Amino acid sequence: MTGKLMDLLRYGCSMAAAVGGRMLALNRGMGRWALFFADGLRHIFTWPWQGDKILQQIYFIGYKSMPIVLLTSAFTGMVLGLQGYYTLVKFGSEGMLGAAVALSIIREMGPVFTAIMVVARAGSAMAAEIGVMRISEQIDALETMDILPVRYLFSPRLAAALVSIPLLTAIFDVVGILGGYVTGSLLLGISPGTYFARVESSVELHDVFGGFLKAANFAIMVVTICCYHGFYTHLRSDGFGARGVGMSTTSAVVTSCVVVLIADYILTSFLI
Amino acid sequence: MTVMRTPLIQFDQVFKSFGGKSVLQGVDLEIFAGETTTIIGKSGIGKSVLLKHIIGLLAPDSGRVLFDGRPLAQMSGSQLRAIKTQCSYMFQNSALFDSLTVFENIALPLKERRLAKGAGLSARVRSTMAQLDIAEIENNYPAQLSGGMKKRVALARALVTEPSIVLFDEPTTGLDPVRKNAVHRMIAEHQHRFGFTGIMVSHEIPDVFHISQRIAMLEGGRIIFQGACRELQTSQHPAIRAFIDNTAVKERIA
Repeated sequence: MTGKLMDLLRYGCSMAAAVGGRMLALNRGMGRWALFFADGLRHIFTWPWQGDKILQQIYFIGYKSMPIVLLTSAFTGMVLGLQGYYTLVKFGSEGMLGAAVALSIIREMGPVFTAIMVVARAGSAMAAEIGVMRISEQIDALETMDILPVRYLFSPRLAAALVSIPLLTAIFDVVGILGGYVTGSLLLGISPGTYFARVESSVELHDVFGGFLKAANFAIMVVTICCYHGFYTHLRSDGFGARGVGMSTTSAVVTSCVVVLIADYILTSFLI
Repeated sequence: MTVMRTPLIQFDQVFKSFGGKSVLQGVDLEIFAGETTTIIGKSGIGKSVLLKHIIGLLAPDSGRVLFDGRPLAQMSGSQLRAIKTQCSYMFQNSALFDSLTVFENIALPLKERRLAKGAGLSARVRSTMAQLDIAEIENNYPAQLSGGMKKRVALARALVTEPSIVLFDEPTTGLDPVRKNAVHRMIAEHQHRFGFTGIMVSHEIPDVFHISQRIAMLEGGRIIFQGACRELQTSQHPAIRAFIDNTAVKERIA
């Protein structure tokens, strides 16, 4: 009896130790993440200003992501128009389609889908590139040259994302509303005047501001998470070398997407 | 009368472990200014780990690394940066930036540290490339280069800032004898010309005897010998004899 009790106690203790270890590791990771972000943010403003690198990253994150954002926004707007029409028509309110599409896109889908598209296209590439630099000692080489790796690798990407993602969100919003117009008006016969009048009357500055606030927050989160995972590839316990870079890239993409959705809920709770 | 010299870099009872594996177990080492000191020893014994302590890529678990008599651990960030600006490091695997061309790789430390710009920067990079006979590959990417070429580009990047301390981590590993001699000759020539303090990790003996003023041997986590090359060659320490004799046999077979 005593032996069984001791076994149970030992099992309980080892479980508690495992959970405690996990929590401590999570805590350390969060602390390192916060310091990484603070350091990167600070170095955006330190002299000499890295304008050329920021422009290069705006080109990579912003301009090169435009085709995928245009495509997803057009089809998101079109499918919203389609679904919205057949839902609203049941209540005889199909005239409200413009308002439904515009508010859904500006408040929620624009910032969230844009952030997820940037994660998929640019965030994964950042994590992989920085991860390869870590395992091939290129980041150590920067340190030996007295070049601050966080400033050189992360700060320009952070600044570029803060510019690019809100602008991409704006493009997503406009194209998405036009997509809703294509299905609602051109295919299903709602008057274009009614569609755009509802868009104009329902959308307030508060909605647009909320959407951009979300976009800026998502920009910070996704770029910091993706660069962080690449930068600390060497600290992973579940994979080394090329496998470690692969795992870091996967973690960066999955974590970014999950964090975007959680943050979206929290921000919406405050903005609504 | 013997003149006591103050070492530029000194290891004082340095210990370092990785995941329970003890690599450095009380290293005492002195490196003097203006000389090339080569650290020899078997593969995987911790020579690169030792080198990385000098430039601050690794910190000791216990013990001290002193620069000009001052412990690195007690220095402020700006003092450490001042030391880093005097140093260059040539990595074992070259560690070239694979998304930059050869020219951009060599220019990077000059550009980022604002040591030169515009035409002055280009002239300085091209002059270093010409000295190392790599002028014709300036637009190539590292992936397009052979191992020997990569080593020369890494050497150019290490020397372009005209540092006063250069750390070489196995600069000739993987090179054929002709290229190996060429790299050793380049290091010796540059050391003679610029008078930098060279710290090299290598197991290329007897080649390194020709370009080093001092040799230190790492064995079992400790420095078991440090002194002039001639003293090492005449040493009767069993570990030193075994290392030298085995390497000599390998050289003869090669």
